[in-house]
Amino acid sequence: MDISLQQVSYAYAKDTPFEKRALYDVDLLIPSGSYQAIIGHTGSGKSTVLQHLNALLKPTEGVIRIGSTEVVADKKNKKLREIRQKVGIVFQFPEHQLFDETVLKDIMFGPMNFGVPEEEARQRAIELVKLLGLPDEVMEKSPFDLSGGQMRRVAIAGVLAMNPEVLVLDEPTAGLDPRGRKEIMELFKRLHEEKGLTTVLVTHSMEDAARYADRIALMHNGKCVLQGIPQDIFSDEDRLMDYRLELPQSIKFQKKIEEMIGEKLPTLCLTEEVLAEELARLMKKEREI
Amino acid sequence: MLEKMIFGRYIPGDSFIHRLDARAKLIFVFLFIMVVFIANNWITYGILLLFTLLIIRLSKIRLYFLINGLKPVVFLIIFTFLLHLFFTREGPIIFDWKFITIYEEGLKQGIFISIRFTVLVVLTSILTLTTTPISITDALEILLNPLKKWRLPVHELALMMSISLRFIPTLMDETDKIMKAQMARGSDMTTGSMKERMNAIVPLLIPLFVSAFKRAEDLATAMEVRGYKGGEGRTRYRKLEWATRDTLIILCLVVLAAILVYFRQ
Repeated sequence: MDISLQQVSYAYAKDTPFEKRALYDVDLLIPSGSYQAIIGHTGSGKSTVLQHLNALLKPTEGVIRIGSTEVVADKKNKKLREIRQKVGIVFQFPEHQLFDETVLKDIMFGPMNFGVPEEEARQRAIELVKLLGLPDEVMEKSPFDLSGGQMRRVAIAGVLAMNPEVLVLDEPTAGLDPRGRKEIMELFKRLHEEKGLTTVLVTHSMEDAARYADRIALMHNGKCVLQGIPQDIFSDEDRLMDYRLELPQSIKFQKKIEEMIGEKLPTLCLTEEVLAEELARLMKKEREI
Repeated sequence: MLEKMIFGRYIPGDSFIHRLDARAKLIFVFLFIMVVFIANNWITYGILLLFTLLIIRLSKIRLYFLINGLKPVVFLIIFTFLLHLFFTREGPIIFDWKFITIYEEGLKQGIFISIRFTVLVVLTSILTLTTTPISITDALEILLNPLKKWRLPVHELALMMSISLRFIPTLMDETDKIMKAQMARGSDMTTGSMKERMNAIVPLLIPLFVSAFKRAEDLATAMEVRGYKGGEGRTRYRKLEWATRDTLIILCLVVLAAILVYFRQ
């Protein structure tokens, strides 16, 4: 399901003294099956874009196409339900949305709202608890008795249980420990590949954007200023600095090494693994000479 | 979606009303609530409405914004209007159809009560819209100070009030956030039968309570860590100053009361 934003503008609290423009003429195309990252400094409009992706916010101007449905300003849309089922959003700190008596019921909440029969919803919940690496006994526990990391996983399971075609993630790893962060990001990657999910990742972490995304959009002051593949986005350090962002660690390291040896590596190393391989190849070459 | 709510919000500005002493505004609103009850006929209620419009004008708050923000109480106003319309049985009958009978007095009372209600809500809203929560509580604390003699915990009450006022916008944001998260999970709070809607509120209320309690705890800890302890010997950063215009506005109210008494039946 392609999602496209055309000339989308949005203002919070329109027509009040508190009116605040958040987006200006944003154009963005997220093709079906892609892994799109949206990066930008705090307050650049990333989260506002994200809420447009399943019509929680409607644009003040412009058009959003979600699959075959069009979302325009001031128009009631009967297909909202359908859109919300197909586009699952994991909000920032999703554990704040937990409410039910047991973990099982909380995970079943989403699918049952969309009319999935109880037995199937239960089945999905059981599978997801396993998939997210939670112990079986949490099922009947209150979500409020779990640790922060576990709550996060339950909340993510609650969104995945709706079987969305598009998964939108807003800083899904904020506040987790390094290991939990890696596990969750790897899980999303696996889901992306195995289920063919279209994934949209809003993040502050340049490393995550470089490692996982195959397309990156850069937001700055409510505008989408850059779009492209990671290699392009991270090729120009000065440009990133202008937008108050940095290079990923691995590329920073690569630049330093290139400066030291006075030679350029053949590719831009988006991850530590690629960098290590490149360096190993370089050293091998030196030894042969 | 809650961004149009205006209760407990403050709009910075430099109008005549903004510059009034918070104590004057508090006393004004308090007295006004009583003065409103003097009105009892078309002329007096008309005067009240005009007076309110004048105050709105002086506060430089856009009428459209005010009306928009008052939408949540419109339901209450309509409800009381209907109550009076149907249950007052005095004066000549002006409408009679099957089991519905409407008396002239009922219509009149309905309209009067609605005006009274609107005027009160508008003026109290203007108080909070033009005064920072901090000055409101400071003023309240000073005005209630005499009650300390009877061991009323004035400072604590004022503190409680300022904390609740301070957290209204925060809780609003939080509500909005959780509402969106649940809507994204297919919960629907705007359509369906009454029962369905009630059920849809549970997933909103529980997380909201949980986070409110957490916030309260954090705040209590933060205050304790910084050695906060009640009113005794505490000095103020902002001092309230009573000026001529403050006396003036109270006098205005007295004049209004006199006029109302004169025209009332």
